[in-house]
Amino acid sequence: MSQAPPLLSSPQMARFVARGFLRFDAVVPDEINAQFMAEAGEVAEPKPGERLMKTYGQTLAANAIPEVSAGTPLSQTYPPGSAIARLLDLPLVRGALQSLLGDDPVFDHHFLHITFPPAYHAASGGESVSQHTHQDSTIDPRQAFDVQVMYYPHKVTRPMGGTRFIPGTHLRKVSEVALGRYQNIRGQQHMVCEAGTLLFLHHGIWHGGGVNLSDRTRYMFKIRMRASGSQVRRWDVEPIEPRAPQRPIFYVKTPSDPESVAAILMTPEPWFEQDTGRLEFVNRVKLWRYLSGDPAFDADYWMTRLGGGA
Amino acid sequence: MTRQKILVLYLANSALDAPTIAWAVYDGTGKTLHMAGDSEEVPYPTGLAALKDGWRLFQASQLNPHARGEEFDIAYLKYEFWFEQLVEVTP
Repeated sequence: MSQAPPLLSSPQMARFVARGFLRFDAVVPDEINAQFMAEAGEVAEPKPGERLMKTYGQTLAANAIPEVSAGTPLSQTYPPGSAIARLLDLPLVRGALQSLLGDDPVFDHHFLHITFPPAYHAASGGESVSQHTHQDSTIDPRQAFDVQVMYYPHKVTRPMGGTRFIPGTHLRKVSEVALGRYQNIRGQQHMVCEAGTLLFLHHGIWHGGGVNLSDRTRYMFKIRMRASGSQVRRWDVEPIEPRAPQRPIFYVKTPSDPESVAAILMTPEPWFEQDTGRLEFVNRVKLWRYLSGDPAFDADYWMTRLGGGA
Repeated sequence: MTRQKILVLYLANSALDAPTIAWAVYDGTGKTLHMAGDSEEVPYPTGLAALKDGWRLFQASQLNPHARGEEFDIAYLKYEFWFEQLVEVTP
């Protein structure tokens, strides 16, 4: 058994609760990135008249990434020594997953997302367009959450598109791509990054693949996983004990500590509507109560004012 | 003949002069192609600014009461305004 991994801090967990993601740039060593690219395989050159999905299917069928049944323990999902097994064994990854999901996460599915340059679309008679913004899976009313790890094995430039996601959208209960008409949302982010970058996402975050207008094929590998047990207080919880007192609200003369859980949970996103932004705060407090196991936790009095258990 | 250009603005509250938080453009003339993630700059700071620039409002989302027990559930963007321009095109 390897050494205990570094767990996430309370500010990191609060950011995940508030914004639905944690980003770690260039944390996967180049050697693993190169191994993954070799295992993922090359995409054939574009052929006039050949359907793009056929090219895609051939790439997926020929590569070394395993086909795995949903419900497999994550620890048994990838062959020892494979690139993804090595990635999942990185201390940062183990610590983040343990903090977010607890012990022994369960594999749901994975997918190699390949975004093709315009030449492929032209050859197949298609058009280069971005993916509609969506929330994965289907309407999910749980308080518990799954984690999706997005792995960027090579450098992604802005012309290559990158994953687009909208921080803070994860607590909205929507039906997959029903929100596809929202083309642009204030605060949206595009994954422009160095090789070896990881995103840990709450399953509910709104996202979509950006159009690739470069001449290089873009890869992103996604793994979805869920908790097998409790998600309560699995991170480095010490700094939040004892619970901080309520801070002054509205009429404020002294700025509060920006690294406090309350300050992080109460930071709005640029796209927040003026009224439902407050409901976002309420739902963040509810999620923090779930994760901290503290049913009386509050920030800025939103829940206490409503009687505590809204 | 004419073709329709559509602008959809999502505002921060139900007032047309509230700030824009999200947007979409669909161009029926085919001269431009808009898609998800293609812009970081709001096309108009408010719905009123779009009106002043000649866009015709033809639909606004309703204000619905919250169902009992679901007061804190949030889903889609609430304040959606559909605008159009009719553009002459040559066949």
